[in-house]
Amino acid sequence: MTKTVTKGASRRQFMTGAAATAGMAAAASFVPTRFAIGAKAPVKVGIMLPFSGTYAMLGNSITDAMKLRIEQAGGRLGGRPVEYATIDSEWTPAKGQIKANKLVKKDRVDFVVGPVHSGIAMAMSKVLLRDRMPIWIIPNAGNNLLTRDHCAPHVFRTSFTNWQSAHVAGELMAKEGVKTVVTCTWKYAAGIQMMEAGKASFEKAGGKVIKEIWVPFPDVEFQAYLSEIAALKPDAVFSFYSGGGAIKYVKEFAAAGLRDTIKLYGPGFLTEGVSRAQGEAAEGIKTALHYADNLGTPEDNAFRAAYKKAYGKDPNVFSVQGYDTGSLLLQGMAAVGGDVGARADLIDAMETATFYDSPRGVWRMSKSHNPIQDIYIRRVEKGRQISVGIGAKQLEDPGTGCKMIA
Amino acid sequence: MDIAQFLVQVLNGVQYGFLLFLVASGLTLIFGIMGIINLAHGAFYMFGAYVAFWLTGVTGSLAAGILLGLPFIIAIGFLIERFAISFLYSRDHLYQVLLTYGLILIFNEMQKILWGTDFYSVPVPEVLSGSIPLTENQAYPVYRLFISLVCLGIAASLYLVIGRTRLGMMIRAGASNREMTQALGVDITKVFSVVFSLGAALAAFSGMIGAPVSAVYPGMGDHILIISFVVVVIGGIGSIKGAFIGAMLIGLADTFGKVLLPELASMTIYALMALVLLWRPQGLFGRPAT
Amino acid sequence: MTGPWPLRLTLLAAVGGLAVFPWVGDPFYVELVIHLMILGIFAMSLDLLMGYTGLVSFGHAAFFGISGYLLALMTPESGGLSIWLALPVCLAGTAVAALVVGWFSVRTSGIYFIMITLAFAQMAFFFFVEHQDFGGTDGLFVADKPFVGFGGWQLLDLRDEHSFYFFTLGLLVVTYLLLAMILRAPFGQVIRGIRANEARTRALGYPTQRYKLISFVIAGTFAGLAGFLEAAHTEYVSPSHLGWHESGLVLMYVILGGMGTLYGPVLGAFVMGLLHDQFQDLTEHFNLVMGFFVIAVVLFLPDGVAGLVARLGRARGGGPADPPR
Repeated sequence: MTKTVTKGASRRQFMTGAAATAGMAAAASFVPTRFAIGAKAPVKVGIMLPFSGTYAMLGNSITDAMKLRIEQAGGRLGGRPVEYATIDSEWTPAKGQIKANKLVKKDRVDFVVGPVHSGIAMAMSKVLLRDRMPIWIIPNAGNNLLTRDHCAPHVFRTSFTNWQSAHVAGELMAKEGVKTVVTCTWKYAAGIQMMEAGKASFEKAGGKVIKEIWVPFPDVEFQAYLSEIAALKPDAVFSFYSGGGAIKYVKEFAAAGLRDTIKLYGPGFLTEGVSRAQGEAAEGIKTALHYADNLGTPEDNAFRAAYKKAYGKDPNVFSVQGYDTGSLLLQGMAAVGGDVGARADLIDAMETATFYDSPRGVWRMSKSHNPIQDIYIRRVEKGRQISVGIGAKQLEDPGTGCKMIA
Repeated sequence: MDIAQFLVQVLNGVQYGFLLFLVASGLTLIFGIMGIINLAHGAFYMFGAYVAFWLTGVTGSLAAGILLGLPFIIAIGFLIERFAISFLYSRDHLYQVLLTYGLILIFNEMQKILWGTDFYSVPVPEVLSGSIPLTENQAYPVYRLFISLVCLGIAASLYLVIGRTRLGMMIRAGASNREMTQALGVDITKVFSVVFSLGAALAAFSGMIGAPVSAVYPGMGDHILIISFVVVVIGGIGSIKGAFIGAMLIGLADTFGKVLLPELASMTIYALMALVLLWRPQGLFGRPAT
Repeated sequence: MTGPWPLRLTLLAAVGGLAVFPWVGDPFYVELVIHLMILGIFAMSLDLLMGYTGLVSFGHAAFFGISGYLLALMTPESGGLSIWLALPVCLAGTAVAALVVGWFSVRTSGIYFIMITLAFAQMAFFFFVEHQDFGGTDGLFVADKPFVGFGGWQLLDLRDEHSFYFFTLGLLVVTYLLLAMILRAPFGQVIRGIRANEARTRALGYPTQRYKLISFVIAGTFAGLAGFLEAAHTEYVSPSHLGWHESGLVLMYVILGGMGTLYGPVLGAFVMGLLHDQFQDLTEHFNLVMGFFVIAVVLFLPDGVAGLVARLGRARGGGPADPPR
């Protein structure tokens, strides 16, 4: 790995530092050789996701669906049984590295699945990129840079880049005749990247962002901002929130009467997994995301039924990402017959796999290891995310700055 | 900002202040009277919201949920005071901090076990679900006004109970001189049990009544905890009047900070607290340290 | 070292145990112990305030984090920053920050002191969250570990895990000895006097505000040392390093370990850290177990874990082994 320094991402920021210290790869003294010892030894999959705190729902959805997928395939990866090592990532990057180290050094996992939070991804990367082992699958954290400037051969993402859904949501607003927009978003990595993407595609299509409102993360007191929006009288508001913040924001937006004159748009997380809690307030909101509740393909129907049977609730986009993480593991390991030591072949198989059985529709890995996937336009109807069409077919993140793109 | 906008933002600030007072009032009681830094205050708030969510789902009515849920929370508060905190009165206050930290861990985990990790909300009661037009395109939810009224009611009752009743007299006496009050024949342990249960109930109640304008999710008590302490400290510990003024100041400062100084919005309330403490090291209405 | 001989022997044995651990311990636990030793330094620094000066800071992580950010910002992309430059700058930087915060804070006392330190720490926290130049919520990398050597000649390779371990262990011992020395000096007597009775100490003619401020700056600087080590070790720093959760945790280490003993807070960090690690493997509901454990310590160990150690020492050694107060 060469030193990659590009505009906008200094070496100290996000990821590059770790990759650059390849000299320390000498420390990678534990290249797994278990295959040689016995093909029946279990494959170890480390899971580092939030299981406590505000975003625990995401951790549970991803883990449940991933395990479901692997169970469906007989509970084996490449013919070997699977052993999970699970660690609660919590929500603090400060502890990210020691936790990742536990998976790598103590549990000696072959794969690491995680995290949800891009700050934790940053802390983990110091461990996972330094030794270039184990193979790292990111089932949520959408930070663009993970598969752009800081992409790496053994890092795969089964979710999205912040750019993908926001880009489509921005176009959507222009398509629906929106001329002026106020953005109102949490000010942190995901929020900033989504706003930039949404603003760029909206303005390229002729719209105008008249004000950017930045809400300190994770503040959920929105009243002052809603009054400000009301006074600005834009055609629409473009917002990214998730979890409890998304519920409160959407409910207050409606309660303040804003939705009668101002449309609300955003990347799908604004309503995903929370639209039932948002209730009537969310009805009719249009968002863009790589999944919807009514895709109705045989693969999706089977997945939804199996998930509901196993866990007693409907899946969401995070479950789909977990499910596809399971698929990625299955396909990769099948290609090498369970031999994680055949690293180049394993990575090659994971990189070139196409996922025909995914609930979200067909997708494949891009050169920078991020899904090339359909982005749906969804409208909330009776608490469900109903697809009203495809906003962008097989959309690929530009992957700008990724050295793996020839 | 024109005058209409200004007034709307004042309304937002005052409204937020009411909510803050509600959560902070229980903290200032426990704090001022028992000298306990109750880190579990946010956990009680969260628990209240979850109990409201649960019982509203069962009974179909928020009011019924609150009425059924409050005795439950009061009982928990009472048990915690009797079987844990009461052993610590003679020890350094910091052990109580550690104990209530342990309580946070237990409460959070119990919430996970009982209700899982999904995001929930509580619908606004039908009769209060309307809204009042404010400007040409903004309306004000009736429920928020209702919360403000409830807060005013609670502020007034607390003020009267503590200032005018026998219980209030005992509480005040216990706060200023524990030994002397005891020597005069007041059973201070009972007073403390009552105060702690009441404080816990107030925290839970604000979680309950706030649930329809908020969301119910894991970790929701965290932010509330810190901001409640800010309110209490600005107002001066143990002063209901102080907590009220402090809550209004924070509500307004936060609102106008967001509108006028958006870059610094996250720091406004802390800067305000630092300034107040530099000006009056014991808060606005606190007794000077002896 | 201070204290009666059974305690000294116990502490020496503990340091001896730590010194051989890298040769016998699992690589992950070597890593974890480095982290815990760093937290031990951090907790000791807070003990100077809490256990000896009577000032409870709820914003101590600010200095821990600021030091890390200073290291991240001054380390050039090419690496090779000399520790003789990095460490003094980080320590001086945190000392200045502590001086500013302390100058305002020591005017208050009790809970108001707790809250004003929290206020400053929160402002620092949001400063780093808001500034995208400093990485925002994602934080910053430290490009490389500092270089320990003279000229081009390397004394110690911090990139080597064992070297870093002993470097940290050495600094843990040095911190303990320095703080113990400070506490034995007249300065230490005065701050203890402040904790016992500030009015009386003032009446004796000591400018107590100034003493409190100096104590605050010393504590902040040692927290900066811990922050420097943590950032150098993990090569990463983020706003969460200076959030109130971190400040709260270190406060818990001090109380749980035993205030006013210096070694107690280190024990606290180790006990909490190791139990957290073990409980996490045992049950999904490890926080429940941790919660009950914390409450049990409060109810049954009046002087924290250190009190238990002292009691055992007394039972065995016969001499009075009360922690220095």
